[in-house]
Amino acid sequence: MLARSRSAPRFAGFTYLVLACLATAFSGCDLRFHREVRLYLQEPFPQKLSAWHLFTAAGGHLTPNARVLPYDLNTPLFSDYADKYRFVWMPAGNAAEYREEVPFEFPVGTIFAKSFAFPADGHPGEERLIETRLLVRTKSRWVPLPYIWNASQSEATLQLVPNPVPIRYIDAAGRAHDFTYQIPNTNECRECHDNNKSLQPIGPKARNLNKDFAYSDGAANQLTHWTAVGYLRGAPAPAAAPRAAKWSEPATGSLDERARAYLDNNCAHCHQPGGTAGYTGVDFRLGHFDAAAFGVCKHPNSAGNMGDRRYDLVPGHPDDSILVYRLESTAPKIMMPQIGRAVVHAEGVALLREWVASLPSAPCTLAAVR
Amino acid sequence: MFWFFNRMIRAIPSTSRRFASGTAFLRPHFSLNRVGGERIRRVAPPLCALLLAGFAGACQQTPAEIQKHLQEQLITAKPGAVIELPEGKFHFDRTLSLTVDKVTLRGKGMDKTVLSFAGQKEGAQGLLIKANDFTIEDIAVEDSAGDALTIQGGTNIIIRRVRAEWTRGANAANGPYAIYPVECKNLLVEDSVARGAADAGIYVGQSENVILRRNRSEYNVDGYEIENSENVDAYDNVATHNTGGMGVFNLPNLPRQGGKHVRVFHNQIVDNNTANFAPVSLGPIHDLPSGTGIYIMAIKDVEVFGNKIQNNNTVNVFLIHYDTGVGDSLQETASSPITQQVFAPGDKRYYPFLQQVYLHDNDISGGGKSADSRIGVMKAMADALGGSLPDILYDGRVDPAWPKKGANAGDICLGNNGAASFLNFDAAGNMKHPVRDLKNYTCTLPPLSAVSIPNLAAALPTNGTIAP
Repeated sequence: MLARSRSAPRFAGFTYLVLACLATAFSGCDLRFHREVRLYLQEPFPQKLSAWHLFTAAGGHLTPNARVLPYDLNTPLFSDYADKYRFVWMPAGNAAEYREEVPFEFPVGTIFAKSFAFPADGHPGEERLIETRLLVRTKSRWVPLPYIWNASQSEATLQLVPNPVPIRYIDAAGRAHDFTYQIPNTNECRECHDNNKSLQPIGPKARNLNKDFAYSDGAANQLTHWTAVGYLRGAPAPAAAPRAAKWSEPATGSLDERARAYLDNNCAHCHQPGGTAGYTGVDFRLGHFDAAAFGVCKHPNSAGNMGDRRYDLVPGHPDDSILVYRLESTAPKIMMPQIGRAVVHAEGVALLREWVASLPSAPCTLAAVR
Repeated sequence: MFWFFNRMIRAIPSTSRRFASGTAFLRPHFSLNRVGGERIRRVAPPLCALLLAGFAGACQQTPAEIQKHLQEQLITAKPGAVIELPEGKFHFDRTLSLTVDKVTLRGKGMDKTVLSFAGQKEGAQGLLIKANDFTIEDIAVEDSAGDALTIQGGTNIIIRRVRAEWTRGANAANGPYAIYPVECKNLLVEDSVARGAADAGIYVGQSENVILRRNRSEYNVDGYEIENSENVDAYDNVATHNTGGMGVFNLPNLPRQGGKHVRVFHNQIVDNNTANFAPVSLGPIHDLPSGTGIYIMAIKDVEVFGNKIQNNNTVNVFLIHYDTGVGDSLQETASSPITQQVFAPGDKRYYPFLQQVYLHDNDISGGGKSADSRIGVMKAMADALGGSLPDILYDGRVDPAWPKKGANAGDICLGNNGAASFLNFDAAGNMKHPVRDLKNYTCTLPPLSAVSIPNLAAALPTNGTIAP
């Protein structure tokens, strides 16, 4: 930087900075010069994640830029035990419109950034970033952009069809993990995010966001905080907004509420009307309940061999329920979700087993074979 | 599926998964010099030129690289793109998917361009298409983990000269459907071949304006299934060596209800006697008797004519309703919201009765001689009838609320089916008043109109309308 002994050189310095940025605009301006997030609303989208100026990366850690707001969810999607770091950014002066059940109505220019990391093999306490998925609201649609991190963790590059990544580590509980992590390609993004052929965010709904988050300046409810920073309009007080249970914390809901929250966030993005698996007639959305649509005593209509089980959900009998069988499998034809999972979520399975076992026993065989 | 298939059918040994004949036929009947995991590392020049143009060293691509590049092509394709694949057998371990409209995927022939998903690691489908104006032709899809070719929610779809197959033959571990268009509109499936599906070889579900013609479906559990669909013409197809030849029906608890207006004509539905190898998880289809020709269930406006329906050993033609009801005796155990719903009537949109079926001018013979002993009730009925079932078997159930009364309130009309024998076995009356006499069923119904697919006119003769 130039010396700042007089006002004129200061101005000259600033001009120089702007010109430098303009000169390098096509390759992405260096983070040291640019503090503002950069927004790209049409193709070609940047090949480098750094071009968006969302965060700086160092040693597997992401430091968000100004107004890049971290958030999390009451009950998230399970992704092979990956640690996930979620951020949202909106152009200044734009806010999302609150919706009670479906994802908020986000303004053009909204960027969601979700990064996936695993413990670094052989480096206790460190993490290795694998991918950062951007979901960008352009003028016409949401665009999914998967960026894959390099080995040195200095940059991530856009890849439409990312290669699988071998993952090995020993977790804090001493459990060894060794599997191949499949990064979804951009078509596979749509498998989960499409509803009626229109790509939508999944997580940022009132019931998922209605929780406290530990911001750098103290904990606050996310709906309240988003409203305070100008990212959300029309939200009621948190107590008046829906709130999903946290699947792993009994204090946040009954067994039924936690299991239903788990199904809502792990299954319902496909299993709802208009979703990828809407044609099956199965609907796991929280706040909706129809026994047949929950698979109770229902034959699957397009499944393969499901361990000689006949019905999706047999109340009282987890070992007879295809729902449990699919969650316990990692075989491509059997497992659910069909993509985005390479290992079994043992704790999630335990929750759903307990839930199915708790339902009043119903003899589906008589029900369906009269 | 059928109300009288009692629970004893669940205790079927796995030996039923092997079929008695035809195993040799199901072995790959062609060979390619580039078959095999390692050898495919060096692919033929045409692949390099067409599939991998622009990549340095394209001719040294590994299967993983070929897979990646083809998937990239499918993602970046612009509407109007024709993606041509060369001869060869190409290995994929992950679902290939397409979401771009107006794309054609074309190979060099169903025995020359083979997409093999043997050993698939991710995704349940082989090809997964969620796009409109899609054509796939002259390609084989083999050994996918689940369904071979899924087309979901597409309008204006052509599947032409496609072979979808599990090369190990009939096996409960095969995927359920070979060719699986669902929730489609304006669909043509022609000159295609399906083998080895653990449910149906060629399925059409929750779709409208559909033509299935000149296809061959064999060694599947069900040859063809037309499910919850409206305006379907199925003609000049062959169904042979399946467990059952063809099903035309509606099922409850699916988003689209009220399938109707199906014409089945000039098909050969013969020798469908392969042992049922559907896993128990497939529910209704697991209970399909081996030796079923065509079954028509819980649907109205069906015209079946000019078909050759022969030598299906349980029954050539089966006309039935579908009962979704739940046993009254269970109601008192209902104690929670879930079980109360289970015991409540099912899908209120669903209509389980069979009505207005016109079966005429068919050549129906040689079937019913040895009912599938695995399905106890069918076997028992055959035994009670002296060892064989008639050519046309009807359960006689009619909707009590149907305004038309009389001996044939369901409007099941039979005509000019030669010497085909008939039995209404009076399911509602516990088989007390069976009817063999054709008199009350000798009637006609107005012919159903041909399916017209205007937007596929270019692909069809006679301006998109097929005359029978």
